[in-house]
Amino acid sequence: MDILKFITAGSVDDGKSTLIGRLLYDTNAILDDQLEAIQRASRKNNDGTLDLAILTDGLKAEREQGITIDVAYKYFQTTKRKFIIADAPGHVQYTRNMVTGASNADLAIILIDARKGVVEQTRRHSFLVSLLAIPNVLVCVNKMDMVDYDKAVFDKIMADYERLTDSLRIKQVDYIPVSALKGDNIATESPNIPWYNGKSLLSFLETVNISHMTDNQQARFPVQWVVRPQTDELHDYRGYAGRVVGGTFEVGDRIVALPSGFSSTISRIEFAAADLQTAENGASVIIHLADNIDISRGDMLVKQAEQPMVSQRYEAEICWMDTKPLDLNQFYLLQQHGKTTKVKIQDVVYRVNVETLQKSTAENLGLNDIGKIQFKSADPLAFDSYIANKANGGAILIDMRNNLTVAALMITELVD
Amino acid sequence: MDYLDQLEAEAIYILREVAGQFEKPALLFSGGKDSITLVHLAEKAFRPGKFPFPLVHIDTGHNFPETIAFRDELIARLGEKLIVGYVQDSINAGKVVEQRGKHASRNALQTVTLLDTISQHSFDACIGGARRDEEKARAKERIFSVRDEFGQWDPKRQRPELWDIYNGRIQQGENVRVFPISNWTELDVWNYIRRENIQLPSIYFSHERNVITRNGQLMAAAEFLNIDHEDVVEYRKVRFRTVGDMTCTAAVPSEAYHIDDIIEEIRQSKISERGARMDDKVSEAAMEDRKKSGYF
Repeated sequence: MDILKFITAGSVDDGKSTLIGRLLYDTNAILDDQLEAIQRASRKNNDGTLDLAILTDGLKAEREQGITIDVAYKYFQTTKRKFIIADAPGHVQYTRNMVTGASNADLAIILIDARKGVVEQTRRHSFLVSLLAIPNVLVCVNKMDMVDYDKAVFDKIMADYERLTDSLRIKQVDYIPVSALKGDNIATESPNIPWYNGKSLLSFLETVNISHMTDNQQARFPVQWVVRPQTDELHDYRGYAGRVVGGTFEVGDRIVALPSGFSSTISRIEFAAADLQTAENGASVIIHLADNIDISRGDMLVKQAEQPMVSQRYEAEICWMDTKPLDLNQFYLLQQHGKTTKVKIQDVVYRVNVETLQKSTAENLGLNDIGKIQFKSADPLAFDSYIANKANGGAILIDMRNNLTVAALMITELVD
Repeated sequence: MDYLDQLEAEAIYILREVAGQFEKPALLFSGGKDSITLVHLAEKAFRPGKFPFPLVHIDTGHNFPETIAFRDELIARLGEKLIVGYVQDSINAGKVVEQRGKHASRNALQTVTLLDTISQHSFDACIGGARRDEEKARAKERIFSVRDEFGQWDPKRQRPELWDIYNGRIQQGENVRVFPISNWTELDVWNYIRRENIQLPSIYFSHERNVITRNGQLMAAAEFLNIDHEDVVEYRKVRFRTVGDMTCTAAVPSEAYHIDDIIEEIRQSKISERGARMDDKVSEAAMEDRKKSGYF
């Protein structure tokens, strides 16, 4: 069994909470005491209906205002897969929280109200999905019951969305006509939509093949921690603990430590006191090297034949996430895995209007702005482009005055 | 990778980030299955080295004796350091006042003891076994959750948390709560415990004991519960699905003697794990309110 992580984004009225509530309810992930709690709270709202949004709107402030402010994580499983839903706010004001939820998703569900079609919010969400490089998009055309299950409505929305994605880097788009409220095409295929021959939402999620973009990925191992027991019997033991973020390492591989450039050979791969021949992508292991070279937290081991960019100057797409705007005269801290170094933003290349997707020049960036920048770092950094390897192409910026995370960076290329 | 391997690799990665980012971290150990799982994961993350943190137990004094015995055996086997913060000490120092009456519990008091213990030892990070599937406020919390100098969580000002990059930078006096098994469900934890053959306190398995019924819940008949003539003590076959202290943790009738039985029981259950926690039933936002005031 594997794990599918997906994000749902939307606003109050498009039926997102109802859709998630349906999925959870139909897979028995809502239990009696939780249902009772919903019923109690719904009665408080005095409208008689079961408000499934209460399931995901976990904060008092959210329930009071009837909006989603921050990401809620929900879990369910079937016999085929384990699912992690990042239920994200759709409102422009909370873009940074949607970006948080989107950063780890394999798939995005974009909800479109059949009566309204592709709207500004659809464009903005799709752009963020594309920016964060979520490979798969599933468009759920919701409220089909309110347009008499009309195929023409569905076809028009499909055509409109196809045009929208022309300018985005979304690999795969699928479409399902649904009614979350009536349960059409959610857990089972709907008899109300005979012209649709595809899968129900649940069956789609269970079987969708996720292109993790890990094909042809090069091997990267950021060192998190050096294990040195310093006991009598393990006097010379020195292991580099970390997690593989792309590719596979094997005992005997010739490696280079970055940024120093020293090379050595992997003499041993260890996990929980057992020796392994290989460490695959995503594995947390301890790597031993044949030579004693200076390696500490923040360094990266790569295969000699597969080296990333190493530079102090990069260009990156950026999402600014702080109320205080970007200050070109200030140093920020950049964090990539366990590595932190000071950086200076040298130039704002452009800012994107997320409604029209037009790029224009800009002096700086404010809350929820998306654009492209160039930066220079105090220490050299080893990056892949974000598109080539998300896990080794992303970084955050931290404001040193208050330690807040103020921006997400997606590396595009190095600057000479 | 199998889903349990993925969850395990993620948790180990997070534990190592704590080791790498903080000066004085600690692992909050309650003697429950989630913190026992954390200890198992820490062994995988740091052996053959020592843990880069002590275990910290906030002791309400109203423990299940089985949990304390288990804790002491585990510490002896690990050879790691245990620090205990006693709620009784907070009461003696006049920092908190013992609740009165039949439903008195020290559950709310332990937040003060926790914050005192953190400040006394200058812990800058506390690793906890909370999971997002447990409760709706927890479903909102980041893996690295920053608390201000009063120990408070501000859900409206959470730092964005992208990919697997965790920003643990804090000011003096603040601390970070870290939740490595955020993405595990109750069932995942049990499946992992079975796969790894992790030992647990005996009260997780069906046994016979004296219980009383309070607010529709079965509570172990312990002296701390202020049992009076209105309470009917029954000898029942029960087990505990979640383990806090004796005043806030309810038992469930169960015939699950082995881990396979427990996993089957959870699969069939129509009640959530926290359904047996009196501390969550105070109000609809009970967990959010406690977290805001410093609870883990």
